[in-house]
Amino acid sequence: MDFDVIIIGSGPGGYVTAIRAAQLGLKTAIVERELLGGICLNWGCIPTKALLRSGDIYEQLGHLGDYGLSAENPGYDFTKVIARSRKVASQLNSGVAFLMKKHKIEVIEGTAKLEKGSPAPKVVVALKAGGSRTVQAKHVILATGARARTFPETGLVPDGDRVWTYREALVPKTAPKRLIVIGSGAIGIEFASFYRALGSEVTVIEMLPRILPVEDEEVSKAAHKAFEKRGIKFRVPASVKTLTKSKTGVAVEIEVGGKAETLEGDVAIVAVGIVGNVEDLGLEALGVKVERTHVVTDSHGATGVAGLYAIGDVAGPPWLAHKASHEGVHCIEQIAGQNPPNINAPIPGCTYSNPQVASVGLTEAQAKEQGLEPKVGRFPFRVNGKAIAMGETEGFVKTVFDGKTGALIGAHMIGAEVTEMIQGFALAMTLEATEVELQATVFPHPTLSEAMHEASLDAYGKVLHI
Amino acid sequence: MSIDVLMPALSPTMEEGTLAKWHVKKGDQVKSGDVIAEIETDKATMEVEAVDEGTVEDILVPEGTEGVKVNAPIARLSGEDSGSAPPPPKADPAKAEAPTAEAPKPAPEPAPQPAEAKAAPTPAPAKATDGGRVFASPLARRIAEQKGIDLSGVTGSGPHGRIVKADVETAKPGQARGPAPGQPQPAPAQAPAAPRQVQSLEQQGIAAGSYDLIPLDGMRKTVARRMTESFRDVPHFPLTIDLEIDNLLAARSKINGILGNDARVSVNDMVIKAVAVALKRVPEANASYTPEGIAMHHHADISMAVAVPGGLITPIIFQAETKGLAQIAKEAKDLAERARSKKLKPEEFQGGTFSVSNLGMFGIKNFASIINEPQGAILSVGVGEKRPVVRGDQLAIATVMSVTLTCDHRVVDGAVGARFLSAFRALIEDPITMIV
Repeated sequence: MDFDVIIIGSGPGGYVTAIRAAQLGLKTAIVERELLGGICLNWGCIPTKALLRSGDIYEQLGHLGDYGLSAENPGYDFTKVIARSRKVASQLNSGVAFLMKKHKIEVIEGTAKLEKGSPAPKVVVALKAGGSRTVQAKHVILATGARARTFPETGLVPDGDRVWTYREALVPKTAPKRLIVIGSGAIGIEFASFYRALGSEVTVIEMLPRILPVEDEEVSKAAHKAFEKRGIKFRVPASVKTLTKSKTGVAVEIEVGGKAETLEGDVAIVAVGIVGNVEDLGLEALGVKVERTHVVTDSHGATGVAGLYAIGDVAGPPWLAHKASHEGVHCIEQIAGQNPPNINAPIPGCTYSNPQVASVGLTEAQAKEQGLEPKVGRFPFRVNGKAIAMGETEGFVKTVFDGKTGALIGAHMIGAEVTEMIQGFALAMTLEATEVELQATVFPHPTLSEAMHEASLDAYGKVLHI
Repeated sequence: MSIDVLMPALSPTMEEGTLAKWHVKKGDQVKSGDVIAEIETDKATMEVEAVDEGTVEDILVPEGTEGVKVNAPIARLSGEDSGSAPPPPKADPAKAEAPTAEAPKPAPEPAPQPAEAKAAPTPAPAKATDGGRVFASPLARRIAEQKGIDLSGVTGSGPHGRIVKADVETAKPGQARGPAPGQPQPAPAQAPAAPRQVQSLEQQGIAAGSYDLIPLDGMRKTVARRMTESFRDVPHFPLTIDLEIDNLLAARSKINGILGNDARVSVNDMVIKAVAVALKRVPEANASYTPEGIAMHHHADISMAVAVPGGLITPIIFQAETKGLAQIAKEAKDLAERARSKKLKPEEFQGGTFSVSNLGMFGIKNFASIINEPQGAILSVGVGEKRPVVRGDQLAIATVMSVTLTCDHRVVDGAVGARFLSAFRALIEDPITMIV
């Protein structure tokens, strides 16, 4: 037996699982075919946040006068913006390498494939350096993640030149003058927000009736308005018929409201969903159950094949880094016999556009669909002292309580820094708080978070500052 | 150095008790062996003696507090070693914030709910009994309230045994901690009896205000729970016989003539002696059912039911088969008196291998008691009265007493019970054989 546990994939699911495994005294190896830290660190969460920060600051420069400030000829060097983003990613990538070393986790660089084995499948790694290495462990955890969904039949395939996925969108040579973003989930909206901040003409196409379709309807509506105000154009709901490329750009034929329209741009970003990385792993031969590109698991990540587990994006939505880490830690603690607490923790979701969007739990509509009688509270930032002082009065906080039990069942926010605040509601939900605890909690003044308190009060008719 | 005085366990199964009385107050000097408090459980009152010397620095649990957890601090003594424990400097606001190394903490006010505040932290599931702190999420509390679930009866599945939403969603209204299924001998923990009755009296048509509600005390809860469990879980059956006791009464007169008034022997004492001897002759009737096997008891430890204000208690004549009638009479009298004044020690009423319950003095002719688990049988003794009896073909008059043996069929079968009663009859009807 070479290892106690082998983890395939070193994204936020895999590498965190590896650290926890090592902490639990398990001899651990991690297989990575590309870069430690996976998509999140290298091509996702982190580098996009770096870009968005540049975009936000640049956008602020346009409002300096509001703050009594001035600057001469504000501008940007796109190459440097991109370079900073890469530097941030690279710093974190080295950080993961350090963590692996610190915890004595063996990093095997190469592409893994599973073969039948006992007590867990054998892992055959086609090494990056050439040759192959077969390793056997007691447990194998798949953390291979996911990638952008593509539609070759309509031309929605990245070519690295005119048609991008998130990956190409992170490292272009120049900012496109006219950008078409296909898909208005978090990824599409973040790129739309960033490129718009740098001055691109951006049009977002969404197939569903509203943008950010997983968010609460009121939030979608407010986001739509806020982005439109910044000059982003929307085609909602619109279906993409074809995407054709020319030497100078792309033409996207869409159908919106029963009418055909052709949008022309320099570049199109395809952000129409995620598919699990389940191919070429030998899963079929092992009899691993795969449904709609994701490995089917139980609540502890077990696949049903002896010794094989799956966590994170490859094990299904929501495709979020923090969900992957959470599942990974639970999975390895279960393997190690730690009996991890079975807590039904809700998973918050964040979009780092300007304004930001964050939510956790059920939307008002979902609560009604489940037969609950939600009590809803709202509080706008425009009457929040700190927001006014900051000049960030856009957006609101919305709370959804179960009218019967008083349990907080959902919270939805749009505005400045809401991604930093949503954990408060996540914590409340994890602790099974009711309106009483939220209303009794003392929120510091002046903060944006007071809007969370007020929204909790508002659901019960006790709002103070309206 | 301060020493915490902890709530003592009066018996191995005691989980909590009432702090009935303090014999000391703040500032009193105590030395080892001094009685400092009285603790009351559902069955007995016990005196708590100081084990350390020192000054009573603080009373942490006020007199009359119910449901004080075993091992919860009830008072604090400042020990002899005053050198290392200077009294906290008083009334110097300037210095008030300076941390004084090792100084005792400012004496906390007696908490309004000391049992809750002082509950010993335990990683065990939140199976708290009355008065103890129940760890439950706010939502779980809310749902429990709405569904009428007593959280002290719910086992928490959350971290550190915290009761979460899922636990109360699966719980049924009125659910309390009951024995796990298939556990034939629930631990004699002082848990509340399962409040089977979900509907209130009002809901059942009895107007509020038309009755007084007497709160359930520990003894009532214990009686309710143990009797419910026994009657429900023990497969029991009665065997009744009539005994002629004229010989027994004659023997009693003779004996009492010898012993004199101070040490008079009662019929019940003679019944206890006869039971003990009969159990030695039919040892299968002196047995307890356990999942591991049948426990055949070495001695006949006879529990005698004593009615006390608010309930009943069963103090034990240990090894009654080895004791003479005078000894049994003396012990029985002493135990009954102390039972009525709640002065029994736990070991005097916990245990026993066979019970005798006598309602003859109330004129009850015949009755069948409920098994006192884990004992295998209980004998119910009726009144001795003159009744017509048939001798040969002649009607005659004799003093007759009916007794009923309730048997746990898992351990005492019908034939065993009959043999025991036959041996018992021989002893009662010819009491001289008791001394053989």
